[in-house]
Amino acid sequence: MNERIEKRIELKAPVSRVWRALTDYREFGEWFHVKLDGPFLPGQVSHGQVTHPGYEHVKWEAVVQKMEPERLFSFTWHPYSVDPKIDYSKETPTLVEFRLEKTASGTLLVLTESGFDKIPAGRRLEAFRMNDGGWTQQMKNIENHVAQTS
Amino acid sequence: MSHKRRSGTAAKRQLRAPVFAALGDETRLSLVAKLCGGRPYSISQLTRGSKLTRQAITKHLRVLESTGMVHSVRAGRENLFEFDAQPIEGIKEYLDLVSRQWDQALSRLKLFVED
Repeated sequence: MNERIEKRIELKAPVSRVWRALTDYREFGEWFHVKLDGPFLPGQVSHGQVTHPGYEHVKWEAVVQKMEPERLFSFTWHPYSVDPKIDYSKETPTLVEFRLEKTASGTLLVLTESGFDKIPAGRRLEAFRMNDGGWTQQMKNIENHVAQTS
Repeated sequence: MSHKRRSGTAAKRQLRAPVFAALGDETRLSLVAKLCGGRPYSISQLTRGSKLTRQAITKHLRVLESTGMVHSVRAGRENLFEFDAQPIEGIKEYLDLVSRQWDQALSRLKLFVED
């Protein structure tokens, strides 16, 4: 069984542009919907506040792992750490990796998130329960956004 | 067998967490690998070729049983254990959920860099 997520997406933008969108903390915050306190630095904890509608109470925290210019950006984090009452820091985080590859039309971005098997049982259940309603809301937000901008 | 619907009831969700935990152990993973071939095994058959005692194997089977991944069926004087894929399908749903979050984030990134 494969307990990881992999996404491949073709972007019509040069690798340098995508690299900036991923690793400049302000640009990352724009599309990821998070307000980060400062730049990403390998080995350093990145702090911030989620700005996604309905999730503004959620703190963002990740540990930057690798920044190999225009090739690989990775961090570890605790997905779905949305309950302020739970201390997620003791748990084994998942690893998120963004890999970039130059293509004829721009950039191939391969995203992987792995390590879900290490998330403790009790918390996973809680996280899942918390997010079930949240997801429905988020889908709605996006639908509204698309409807407004098209 | 009836097809499982994506109803997402609380009861079904509760199954997922222990499934992840149960599979996070090498012995249990190897038991699942053996059992998921489809044919039921007895404890003696599962103990054979393993370094573990019958008691240890039994303990691991009980953990798997508690998640619904393994059921025991009576065959004469013996208990046989068989695999049930349904709880693992539950995990797939959980990952689908995380996966959807990435789809949305990446489409926002696409709009952002292609602008």
